[in-house]
Amino acid sequence: MATETHGATETHAVDAAQGGGGLSFHPMDQFIVKPLFGGDTVTFITPTNVTFWMLLTVLAILGLLVLTTSKRSIVPGRGQSIAELAYGFIYKMVEDVSGKDGLKYFPYIMTLFMFIVVANFLGLIPGSFTTTSHIAVTAILAMAVFISVTVIGFVKNGAAFLGLFWVSSAPLPLRPILAIIEVISYFVRPVSHSIRLGGNMMAGHAVLKVFAGFAQVAAVAPLAILGVMAIYGLELLVAFIQAYVFTILTCVYLKDALHPSH
Amino acid sequence: MATEPIYEELAGTCVDSHGGAIGMPQLCAEWMPNQIFWLVITLIVIYLILTRVALPRIAGILADRAGTITNDLAAAEDLKAKAAEAEKAYDKALADARAEAQRIAAETRAEIQADLDEAIAKADAEISEKAAESEKALAEIRAGAMDSVREVAKDTAASIIAAFGGTPDQSAIDKAVADQVKG
Repeated sequence: MATETHGATETHAVDAAQGGGGLSFHPMDQFIVKPLFGGDTVTFITPTNVTFWMLLTVLAILGLLVLTTSKRSIVPGRGQSIAELAYGFIYKMVEDVSGKDGLKYFPYIMTLFMFIVVANFLGLIPGSFTTTSHIAVTAILAMAVFISVTVIGFVKNGAAFLGLFWVSSAPLPLRPILAIIEVISYFVRPVSHSIRLGGNMMAGHAVLKVFAGFAQVAAVAPLAILGVMAIYGLELLVAFIQAYVFTILTCVYLKDALHPSH
Repeated sequence: MATEPIYEELAGTCVDSHGGAIGMPQLCAEWMPNQIFWLVITLIVIYLILTRVALPRIAGILADRAGTITNDLAAAEDLKAKAAEAEKAYDKALADARAEAQRIAAETRAEIQADLDEAIAKADAEISEKAAESEKALAEIRAGAMDSVREVAKDTAASIIAAFGGTPDQSAIDKAVADQVKG
């Protein structure tokens, strides 16, 4: 153990290239943003691994929703079934949670869901880069939801939207206190909304790397590999559930904006 | 350990001299504009793909299917009604045929019964006629037999008397035979 940690410094460069090794773990190296075509500086528009994996996300969505439905069969094949299932799943979610008038925003919510779910699953390909594990990405998604929902709330209801913070069913003396709590919780929404997704993805992938690092010690390798398999299975679940949670919370926020009364 | 997270250095470079991550790459402010830029581009592209192609197409497919199913259901309903009608007609035909068959059977039965009654009556008459004839013949035969018995008795008595050497008295024999046979 001691010698291995000692030798870690020398092999560090190699380890980093391989994404971890020895007993010096580099579970966070997988999240490094690198320029695609060499160079060190990452400017505003440098094509990076972020660009590459987002492009793959777009291509996967194209394949999943557009190519599979090109035949427009009445009796769907496997691919078309998936596309229809995804469509029906989100459509019903928006309808159930946000109500009929929420269906106007269905394409936006579908965009969010498809991006997150596909990016999450692509991130589970060994050696891939998980775009949704970055707080910069999830924060933009969450802020987009927060700002649009707030704007929709005020445009649709005017000042009545503030009724969301005024709990009219509570006793009068309690209402100002509740209003403060409601306002705070409202502004915390984008924070929890984004960190829930980014944190889950990051943590899962980091844990996978840690287990994989342990696999280099012969004594615990079988256990570590079993652990990697178990965590990978869990991550498959998390990848879907986090996309689902993000989407359904978006629907809930949208419902609040459309029907602010408690 | 070789790679302790060093949060103090976050503001500086995010990658150490070996290419390893320093702290959490998620918190590297240097990379964020790039990520945000590509994310926005990606989201716009996905939105355009969905709204221009994917969603209208899938909605169309689902609507087509719903239409087809509705039409098929209506057609099925029609066929079902037709089937019910046909069954009704069939039932009616069956009931008619059964009634007709019953009527014919009853008629035939009545005819046969009439014939039978007639034949029985005729047979009865014949039988009673024959019985009367037989009765008569029997009586004649019985009478004839009595006469014969008397004749044989008289002859036998005369022969027996003659055999004993006497002269048979015809009138006495007749009287004795008549007395004996009567009883």
